[in-house]
Amino acid sequence: MNKPRVTLMDFLHMKKDEDFEEKLSVESEKVEEKIEEKERQHIYSVQEVTSYIRHRLDEDSVLSDVYVKGELSNLSQPTSGHLYFTLKDKFSELRCVMFRDKNRGLKFTPEDGMSVILRGHISVYERRGSYQLYVDELQAEGIGALYLAFEQLKKKLKGEGLFDSKYKKPIPSFPRKIGIITSPTGAAIRDMLNITKRRFPHVHILVAPVAVQGEEAPGQIVNAIRLMNRVNEERMKIDVLVLGRGGGSIEELWAFNEEAVAREIFTSKIPVISAVGHETDFTIADFVADRRAATPSEAAELAVPDKREIERNLSSFELRMQQNIYNTIEYHRKRLESIEKNILFRKPTERINQYRQTVDEIKRTIFAATTHLVTLHRKSLQALTGKLDALSPLSILDRGYSICSRLPDGKIVRSIEDVSVGDVLTILFTDGEATSEVKEKWTKKKK
Amino acid sequence: MDEKEEVTFEDAMKRLERIVETLGGGNLSLEDSLKMFEEGTELCKVCNKKLDEAEYKVEKLMEKEGGELSVEELKVGE
Repeated sequence: MNKPRVTLMDFLHMKKDEDFEEKLSVESEKVEEKIEEKERQHIYSVQEVTSYIRHRLDEDSVLSDVYVKGELSNLSQPTSGHLYFTLKDKFSELRCVMFRDKNRGLKFTPEDGMSVILRGHISVYERRGSYQLYVDELQAEGIGALYLAFEQLKKKLKGEGLFDSKYKKPIPSFPRKIGIITSPTGAAIRDMLNITKRRFPHVHILVAPVAVQGEEAPGQIVNAIRLMNRVNEERMKIDVLVLGRGGGSIEELWAFNEEAVAREIFTSKIPVISAVGHETDFTIADFVADRRAATPSEAAELAVPDKREIERNLSSFELRMQQNIYNTIEYHRKRLESIEKNILFRKPTERINQYRQTVDEIKRTIFAATTHLVTLHRKSLQALTGKLDALSPLSILDRGYSICSRLPDGKIVRSIEDVSVGDVLTILFTDGEATSEVKEKWTKKKK
Repeated sequence: MDEKEEVTFEDAMKRLERIVETLGGGNLSLEDSLKMFEEGTELCKVCNKKLDEAEYKVEKLMEKEGGELSVEELKVGE
């Protein structure tokens, strides 16, 4: 009630203003009173009143999304495709329309007298000034209850985490044993056996026959899942379970929407593939299973790999391995060959001879170098000896010079100053000596 | 009802894939390559044998009164 009340007058004014929302909020009680006063005297057009009523209804939060149950009557569907009818119970009637785009998805044809649950919003058809239910969903009443139960259970289990991907077990790619839980008589089992046999003819299939619809179905399914897990634990490993049935009405598929079944699937140690009905049918079992297959046939394909594909893989592995090992061997052979070609391997003494030759060569070189050096030294020695000879006092004597030394001290006379008159001198010739006396001396005049 | 298997088909295939990859990598010594090749060839044989075993078997699982498990051959009416 905290929303300010909009009067009919306001509504019309505001509509003109196109400023509706804003005016709503700035409304004050005073203004309201005044307008109310005015309003009593104002005369409205039918359209204005109708439009106002429609606005009031549209605003209502309850009426904007409402479930209504009752009985269908006066059904008509003109060429437009829209569906018109009246929903009634013992006390009242409600005009309804379900537009073509909404009723197209209906799985059944509505009939007069059928008990249904409708979901939609109430509004006014202004031309007629009648309010009606604009229907979004139409469920036959029994199914409606199931539908509700489905939604509730889905919400609950989802809240508990039963659908979480972290609990999903992987489906093994090469199963040896597959457990199938389904009706032993339906087309589903035949399809699944045919497909598994065709794809992977060495798989071992264990079928737990159960009723897949009716009162007993949920209990039997739960028990079969338990049995399979017992076999898995006590006798032999079962790699994957396929739980499913062929298509049917929502009631016929209902066993797969039972909480007990959902919980047993969740508890199963063996990964479960659910395959219920057709592509478009979703059950709680689908949500909780480790994998959903659209149909039993698809489940069979998911459960077993294609043998031919595996064989192709295997032979490609073999081929690649052979190619690789051939390359490796070839590589090593080439390496070996190149090593064998090596001179050392071919003739072990060759290298020694080579070394020997080298040594000889070095020897020769050294010898030549030494000889050369000696010659060189000898030559310079000769030159030096020549020089020395030239310098020798004896060779001077040969050329006619003589050496004079004073006696008795034997000092060689180099200058006239070294001698005095009366000194006795020894004169050395190349071939002998003579003693002489200085008779007189004179000094060369210096220039 | 053989309970134990030396190598599961799945593991064999996985190992085989690894071997093919490693051999393709070419970083192995000749001895290791040959060893791997030998193992791979053996695995191929094993896998092929497993595939050819062709024991397609369909059985029916029931629970007898008293909770005993019963497995018998299943005849599926065509």
